[in-house]
Amino acid sequence: MVLGNGASSSSLNMKSGEDKVNSNKNLSVLVVDDDPLIRMLHDMHLKKFGLNPQVVEDGKKAVDLFRIGASFDLILMDKEMPVMNGVEATKELRDMGINSMIVGVTSRGLEIEMQDFMESGLDFCFEKPLTPDMITFLLNELNKKNDDDNND
Amino acid sequence: MERNPMRRQLQVMRKSLFDQGYLDEQFVQLEELQDDANPNFVEEVVTLYFRDSARLILNIEQALERKPFDFNKLDGYMHQFKGSSSSIGAKRVKAESTLFREYCKSGNGEGCMRTFQQLKKEYATLRKKLEAYFQVARQAGPMETACRPK
Repeated sequence: MVLGNGASSSSLNMKSGEDKVNSNKNLSVLVVDDDPLIRMLHDMHLKKFGLNPQVVEDGKKAVDLFRIGASFDLILMDKEMPVMNGVEATKELRDMGINSMIVGVTSRGLEIEMQDFMESGLDFCFEKPLTPDMITFLLNELNKKNDDDNND
Repeated sequence: MERNPMRRQLQVMRKSLFDQGYLDEQFVQLEELQDDANPNFVEEVVTLYFRDSARLILNIEQALERKPFDFNKLDGYMHQFKGSSSSIGAKRVKAESTLFREYCKSGNGEGCMRTFQQLKKEYATLRKKLEAYFQVARQAGPMETACRPK
């Protein structure tokens, strides 16, 4: 398990930064993007939050992972990808009954294109690049979601 | 005030890159991701960028040799190139990319070719400047200066 710099796995440490990192270590994240630069950046951004993302380069690989039984709390899904793009992959995952949080991260900032993408089953859609604020927002939403799921 | 002369030089180089508009805020985001566990992160990302984007530049060059121009294809390549350039904060290169895409959308082949020449110049200049920057960075040692205070 990779934790951020200065983080400690001891539950006795009460610094808020470490708490944040510790509370994230049970969350699983999948990054789906065909651009190796973006994969590298998103991976690093997420590691800063104590997450250890898995990374794949197209929608089909993401779907295949779920088919073989993997599961993720959060999927960061690029829109434009070869083999299977983000829209198709998201639709496929929802059809499979996957209710992980799926977040579109796209370089196409046009309203209409983000809307198309949202309609495929996304929970949120952001314009690239990912920022720490966005990740904080998503993690808060994830924690809310997990609380809701636990209270059902 | 930085006592280490190499680090001072690094700061000067860095400031100049921003002041002259070669880099924007996105580069700072990269610097903020760098830490003791990943001390060369920025250089690694930039190296990956130049490696990856060289392929796109080649694709565009080849596409511009085929007449009539396939503007859709050209725009597609440039969209990717712009995305990558954005990710490392390559401000001037990104601006030329945007212009190129405008010319694609209006089907202006001349505009595309002119802009592409300019883009390649900016790209080459940026590459040289960043190579020089990282050379000094490696000599200067651990990069506390380039990161914002936590």
